[in-house]
Amino acid sequence: MTKELTLAATVENIETVTDFVNEELEAFDCPMKAQMQIDIAIDELFGNIANYAYHPEIGEATVRIEVFEEPLSVVITFIDKGVPFNPLAEEDPNTTLSAEERPTGGLGVFMVKKSMDEILYEYEDGKNILKIRKNL
Amino acid sequence: MNIEKTQNAAELEIKVRGRLDTATAPQLEAELKESLSGIEKLILDFAELDYLSSAGLRVLLSAQKTMNKQGEMVVRGINETIAEIFEVTGFCDILTIE
Repeated sequence: MTKELTLAATVENIETVTDFVNEELEAFDCPMKAQMQIDIAIDELFGNIANYAYHPEIGEATVRIEVFEEPLSVVITFIDKGVPFNPLAEEDPNTTLSAEERPTGGLGVFMVKKSMDEILYEYEDGKNILKIRKNL
Repeated sequence: MNIEKTQNAAELEIKVRGRLDTATAPQLEAELKESLSGIEKLILDFAELDYLSSAGLRVLLSAQKTMNKQGEMVVRGINETIAEIFEVTGFCDILTIE
């Protein structure tokens, strides 16, 4: 099963993308915890595109969802034509620092890396292509 | 997201429902900014919070830093998904979780 949605990459549209993905997940009896982790990943990754990919302009992004059986897994692909950005090249944040020593950024992609089973990035034909896989 | 505040002298309890994410975190941030003056104990009740993303963590970190200077902050009622997020990000060592 493959479904795709192309829309303006804005913070307001994060909810539209989340609803679109959840509708597909619910058809597959996705466990609630996995669904919440996927929703968080959408917030982080689509949110990054909305905030940085075309800044200060607004551009489009495509979100594709594929569900595979045996083993049951879902793959979500985020595609944008904004500035090339590989979130996997960023260093993992130091999670042992105190509140005062903590920088405010860098946790989003790290959380996605920890909660998904796979995350892949490629830049091809002027597009950032970021793929996450979660086994259900 | 829905926010409900109850203040009793220098103690403020904030109940957050729904999702604390990129779209809603600025709302909580603004609410805290205007409410924390003179507060010595801040209680964040997350019993009806579904989940939070890094945008929510940033707001919690900032609130914790403020409360470190003027009193204490506790986080209550977190579900399993949120507990795991606090664990993975090391926030379980920064926050006081009841």
